[in-house]
Amino acid sequence: MNLQSDLLVLLPELIVAVGAMALLIGGVIVGDRLTGLVSWMAVALLAVAGVIVLTHADKASAFHGAFVVDGFSRFTKLLILMGSALCVLMAKEFYAIERSARFELPVLMLLATLGMMLMVSASSFVALYMGLELQSLALYVLASFNRDSLRSTEAGLKYFVLGALSSGMLLYGISLVYGFTGTTEFAGVATAVAAGGIHIGLIFGLVFLVAGLAFKVGAVPFHMWTPDVYEGSPTPITAFFVTAAKVAAFALFIRAIIAPFPAVAHQWQQIIVVVSVLSTVLGAVAAIGQTNIKRLLAYSSIGHVGYALLGLAAGTQAGIQGMLVYLAYYLVTNLGMFACVSAMRRDGESVEDIRQLAGLSRTKPHFALAFAALTLSLAGLPPLAGIFAKVYVFAAAMQAHLYIPATINIVASVAGAFYYLRILQLMYFDEPVRSFDSDVGRGTNVIMWGTSAISIFFVFVPAPLIAIAGTAAHALFP
Amino acid sequence: MSGILSLVTFLPLVGAAFIMFTRGSEPVVARNARWVALITTLVEFAISIVIWVKFDGTSSAFQFVERAEWLGPGIGYHMGVDGISMLFIVLTAGLMPFCILASWESIEERVAEYMIAFLVLESLMIGVFCALDLVLFYLFFEGGLIPMFVIIGVWGGKRRVYASFKFFLYTLLGSVLMLLAILAMYNMAGTTDIVTLLHYHFPPGMQFWLWLAFFASFAVKMPMWPVHTWLPDAHVEAPTAGSVILAAILLKMGGYGFLRFSLPMFASASATFAPLVFALSIIAIIYTSLVALAQEDIKKLIAYSSVAHMGFVTMGIFTLTHQGVEGGIFQMLSHGVVSGALFLCVGVIYDRMHTREIAAYGGLVNRMPIYAACFMIFTLANVGLPGTGGFVGEFLTMLGAFAVNTWVAIFSATGVILSAAYALYVYRRVIFGELVKPALQTIKDLSPREIAILAPLVAVTILMGVYPKPVFDVTSASVANLISDYKSALAIDQAPRLAARSQGVVK
Repeated sequence: MNLQSDLLVLLPELIVAVGAMALLIGGVIVGDRLTGLVSWMAVALLAVAGVIVLTHADKASAFHGAFVVDGFSRFTKLLILMGSALCVLMAKEFYAIERSARFELPVLMLLATLGMMLMVSASSFVALYMGLELQSLALYVLASFNRDSLRSTEAGLKYFVLGALSSGMLLYGISLVYGFTGTTEFAGVATAVAAGGIHIGLIFGLVFLVAGLAFKVGAVPFHMWTPDVYEGSPTPITAFFVTAAKVAAFALFIRAIIAPFPAVAHQWQQIIVVVSVLSTVLGAVAAIGQTNIKRLLAYSSIGHVGYALLGLAAGTQAGIQGMLVYLAYYLVTNLGMFACVSAMRRDGESVEDIRQLAGLSRTKPHFALAFAALTLSLAGLPPLAGIFAKVYVFAAAMQAHLYIPATINIVASVAGAFYYLRILQLMYFDEPVRSFDSDVGRGTNVIMWGTSAISIFFVFVPAPLIAIAGTAAHALFP
Repeated sequence: MSGILSLVTFLPLVGAAFIMFTRGSEPVVARNARWVALITTLVEFAISIVIWVKFDGTSSAFQFVERAEWLGPGIGYHMGVDGISMLFIVLTAGLMPFCILASWESIEERVAEYMIAFLVLESLMIGVFCALDLVLFYLFFEGGLIPMFVIIGVWGGKRRVYASFKFFLYTLLGSVLMLLAILAMYNMAGTTDIVTLLHYHFPPGMQFWLWLAFFASFAVKMPMWPVHTWLPDAHVEAPTAGSVILAAILLKMGGYGFLRFSLPMFASASATFAPLVFALSIIAIIYTSLVALAQEDIKKLIAYSSVAHMGFVTMGIFTLTHQGVEGGIFQMLSHGVVSGALFLCVGVIYDRMHTREIAAYGGLVNRMPIYAACFMIFTLANVGLPGTGGFVGEFLTMLGAFAVNTWVAIFSATGVILSAAYALYVYRRVIFGELVKPALQTIKDLSPREIAILAPLVAVTILMGVYPKPVFDVTSASVANLISDYKSALAIDQAPRLAARSQGVVK
């Protein structure tokens, strides 16, 4: 293993890293005038990285196993790159309308994406932490990017303080695990745990680790930051948090639990089951009273975290496959959902109150249709895409004999359906209020239409995604 | 003839897409939407008749079978019909043109969306009866909720939002439990193919829970007492055509589900729970008939009478006798026609007076003799008068019940008397008497369009009563097969228990 071959494994990451730095320097020289160009170049960089991920070696490792490329990392990286690219595009159009475009935004998003790519490929706790912090620091700044807005700066600060707390917990857990196994490599930890058996100190470390990771994905009881941060951050940045960052955090969660701790599965499964059930129930109930669409989607995302975690709780290959299907569906649907939210503008001002959606089916029937398809897909109603994600996660949970958690979760999904239906009610049943602006940017419209078409027509060709997710999940269970 | 089931299932979607892409001014779009919807549903009906003609009634096997890859191993696209499901397709396709015609003038706003919703709904409903894969079935079964939710919520009455939410959430809650059961079956049998699962043997302990989960879904859909409360609200608030579809087709999915899944797949659990079903059925028959007697709203009265009639269906099905099951199927078909026609009759006077209060009417026979005659025939069919479709089903289900449990038969027979009481009572108050109300003085009799809607239904109702043979020709072989499968599955479950008992005797 020489340096050159190691670096070749990291080629997509290197491209994003070098590109981000080049764009930063270029941006400093030309200033904010060419932000549009910088954004497009960022999208191009992400696309190139995506192509390389797709065509590059399908199995490799670098730096003594600290960094791995496998089916799992490729699948999640492609999701992340797609989510990031579309969010950069959405942000570009969002700030073009707001007339406050700044070139740092796409650069920061690139850096965060770089962190995410490292996260999903990390195969040792040190590499994991590095990727995570690179991502988080960029995200803290992004959350408070509207620095003149009180809500945005509050979101950034809150995210920073609580994020630091969760990183602390994570590190504490890692240090305990290191102390009791003598290594930070996932494979080494797995061997040591299998040989050494269950030690109370190790369990202690595991609990802190899971708590820190649950924090990063925004699962109950570590969810408190999500509604405030999602509401306060600029809409395209919230989309970035909900889609790319969430997928990365989940991928990290999966690998950091499945790879080092298969021998003590029974210990962490209990925690994940409880976290999953609490998340779905809280997500379903707390969203009912919300009137701010971003806050509502924040609670909805807490609920979705709960469903996805059910797959992890199963701890089987089928469970991870279900989760990966779920993450793909979740990413695509939420991209569309936030494209809809950023298209909610009246006289150039963002509108976030869901009551302003009233009668949208008459004032803007096509917008309402796309919005409705995405909403119903999020609610998990057939024949839209959401039901397939649920089917695979719940099938895995039933296979792992998690009958009671599965039942509670699926009943919670009925309660959750209520607030999604309420959006439908506002758009279709109620009397119209004043119409939204028409000009919201072509890219935003394309995202909205593309994702809603995927939600509607996924039912006709579901097999490829499910098969690919199966292959990706297999990589974690050699 | 392969592909005909996919054709009949997805053709309405083509019509809906066609309407979606029509452009022009509001009245032009509305007119085009009406005609496209009518033509599509008529073609659907023609195709369903072709299916009936080509159907081989002597065979109990699935016919017109189609298979394709879909989700992956074990979950595929599999369509087919047998004697139990085929006639429901004809019923659905047959009633849809009437629904479109009944909405021809009464729906004035957002006509294109209305027609799209109905066509999508038709596609999903027919899919339910064609699907031979559990996941596919679930997709159609659940998917139908969305267009119905929109139909009630957009074109419904005053409390439409409440009614649509109640309808949706009630049904969804039942259905998600069924989804879990489907997944459990998938994990156990490795497939969701219905034909395979019909011969798969689930352990009795597992059947208990699976049966309950399926029951949660079908009992709500049916609806059985005490989970019927969504139905009166939904019926009252839905537009006329929505009520017709709700009563005629959506309720039948519950009964169909019992026949297709609960009985053959969970035989011993069905035997265990049969007394529970009988008890709930009898309560439904007697209690909801009494409730119907006290109603002041015509649609609500018909809604409660539907619950009572569905009680006969569940009772008949769970007797597991040839008469009982065939009677249950026949009762579902005839109730589909009769209750649909009754809602259309209510729609006729509602379009004129915009009220459903019984007290607002009286003496209609003086100005609407043709209407009075039609309404009379459907009312009597609803009561179960010999010579109408309603009689055959009720009689057979009671015959089946008599063979199993005399008390069940006796209690259910009192329901027939009660149904005569409320039906004739409402008929007298609406149709007979002096025409004294000033608002009614100028009311007009049926228009040619309305006669065109009601006359065929009158003919079908009477034909079903005097010559039910075509229906039984289709159902008989499949029902016989269902019952023999059920008995053999039951024997397998009881064999170990009997063996244990006989061993005990030997010792």
